[in-house]
Amino acid sequence: MFELDKWQEIYSTVRKNKLRTFLTGFSVAWGIFMLILLLGSGSGLENGVKEQFKGGATNGVWISSGQTSIKYKGLKTGREIRFTNEDFKSVKTSVDGYDRISARLFLGNRLISFKKEYGSFFLSPCHPDYGFIKELEMTRGRFINNIDISEFRKVAVIGEKVKSTLFKGADSVPMGKYINISGVLFKVVGVFRDFSRNDDEQKRVYIPISTAQRVFKGENVINQISFTTGQASAEEADLMIRKSKSVLAKMHTFDIDDNRAINVWNKNEEVRKFRALFAGIRLFIWIIGLGTIIAGVVGVSNIMMIVVKERTKEIGIRKSLGATPWSIVALIMQEAIVITSFAGYIGLVLGVGLLELISKKMPPTEFFRNPEADFSVAVAATVLLILAGAVAGLFPAIKAARVNPVVALRDE
Amino acid sequence: MKILEMIRINQIHKSYITGQNSLHVLKGIDLQINAGEMISIMGASGSGKSTLLNILGILDTYDSGEYILDGLLINKLSERKAAQLRNRMLGFVFQSFNLVSFKNAMENVALPLYYQNIPRKKRNIVAMEYLDRMGLKDWAHHLPNELSGGQKQRVAIARALIGKPKVILADEPTGALDSTTSMEVMDILQEVNASGITVIIVTHEHDIALRTKKTIRITDGNITEVVEN
Ligand SMILES: Nc1ncnc2c1ncn2[C@@H]1O[C@H](COP(=O)(O)OP(=O)(O)OP(=O)(O)O)[C@@H](O)[C@H]1O
Ligand SMILES: [Mg+2]
Repeated sequence: MFELDKWQEIYSTVRKNKLRTFLTGFSVAWGIFMLILLLGSGSGLENGVKEQFKGGATNGVWISSGQTSIKYKGLKTGREIRFTNEDFKSVKTSVDGYDRISARLFLGNRLISFKKEYGSFFLSPCHPDYGFIKELEMTRGRFINNIDISEFRKVAVIGEKVKSTLFKGADSVPMGKYINISGVLFKVVGVFRDFSRNDDEQKRVYIPISTAQRVFKGENVINQISFTTGQASAEEADLMIRKSKSVLAKMHTFDIDDNRAINVWNKNEEVRKFRALFAGIRLFIWIIGLGTIIAGVVGVSNIMMIVVKERTKEIGIRKSLGATPWSIVALIMQEAIVITSFAGYIGLVLGVGLLELISKKMPPTEFFRNPEADFSVAVAATVLLILAGAVAGLFPAIKAARVNPVVALRDE
Repeated sequence: MKILEMIRINQIHKSYITGQNSLHVLKGIDLQINAGEMISIMGASGSGKSTLLNILGILDTYDSGEYILDGLLINKLSERKAAQLRNRMLGFVFQSFNLVSFKNAMENVALPLYYQNIPRKKRNIVAMEYLDRMGLKDWAHHLPNELSGGQKQRVAIARALIGKPKVILADEPTGALDSTTSMEVMDILQEVNASGITVIIVTHEHDIALRTKKTIRITDGNITEVVEN
């Protein structure tokens, strides 16, 4: 069916009927162009939102203490819950299935200096696992380790922004230097980069939580417990959260359903919500895109119908010269497929080109970045095009094959 | 020399049904044409000449009777088979030429060979030979609307001949031409016949009919007269 000679036959008819071919192809090109643009915009939105989720494991759970809002066992509301090292230990021992776990203490922004350079940075005491939970990349040195915790070492891991503010010129190597945190000297053992879009995350200083409790608090209080859920399913992760809540509720005597007493932020759940949202958006885009393409196909089919009518005489002539019905079907179908595929391909290239241009020239905004049409989309679109061409050509081709040569050739 | 029978029809009937009316066009035609004959069919308008020619050309079907072409019974053929027979056995020449308007003279002539799956290059070479025989070599790359009536008809004859048919069926081939051009076309058709091909011409004009060996007159769906010229 697809020998070179057939292509030449199609090419010669197409070439000699340029306007008709253009009109036929335009609607399909437009449809594909729109589909690619829509899908690209969808992916741009998705990439933008994904960017928001960067910095920190997508399976992370953060549990912070708050104030009670439900009366429980005769206790009044508004009671402040204060986690301690005991709570952390209980959660650690009674919850199964977590991967990494860390407690955190909130000490707010602190004046931190090195020699003459200084700045206000967020001080974040934690356990060694927090580096994994935040998915920090160590650009130099190491993160906090277990010995730091057990020996109450005064060591600090600083963000790239902290490093560039405090360590300049001749002192550009921070490792082993002592920084002054609210009057206490800490030795820098590592520099990290955080993948979060939020710049403030680079302006942090992590220190061992044990040291911080002893030096800055004088008590074993903590503000937050966070862990990653490993390969756990959504249900299993929910179970872990439930278990943590029940342990904490028992220790501090509050209603387990009191969402103010403790605050849970389950990143995985947020990610899942967005995934579902974007799956919905993508489906919506495909429906609209397919609608546009179907409109294009109907257009092509209509024009091909008119074309067949116009070519009735030619078809009659071909039949009188020995064209079989199948060869007529093939002629019309192939023409439709060639026109739709070619036009669609042009639409595809233009659409992808425009996306590339937008991607390059337009600065990414908070919720939109890197619109792209990936390879699978291009393949799907191509398959769609050929199918569309076949569908568009089918009815006109059948009509053409039914042309009665006696009627077609009769002189008016 | 043994005389071969090319066409035989026995008691052919054909009616056209339009809505509730049935029009009986051919009312039992008997005809026998030998290979290498050149005959003309005459008759009043509407007498059924074209209908008969279309049946002979396997472009149309008949209701009853028998049609044997070169020893083969032509009855209830598949469209595919009919197309192949037209391609291999028959050549058509029409009053209005019926050239494909967007193909040049050479491509028009080559078209029957396309349906014999002959490669394009070869097709075009053969088409040029046939055009040359018609004295139209220099017009090979002209579109039909750039040719005169006589030239168009010669292209059409070249196209009818390229498949090496056994029978040429011409429906008023000179109907759209002036008398001088008509005679030139008849010269060509006589040459074609001289090469051994059976030629059947439908015509209204006496001087055209006189250039064939036999004239068959159809009146109201019946053969009423056969004249040797
Ligand atoms: N497809 C058709 N449907 C209905 N009637 C038809 C059809 N084709 C031909 N006829 C009728 O059949 C009759 C014979 O037609 P035909 O074309 O064979 O005549 P003809 O002898 O060739 O006439 P002319 O000399 O005018 O060409 C005419 O009355 C015509 O109207
Ligand atoms: Mg007629």
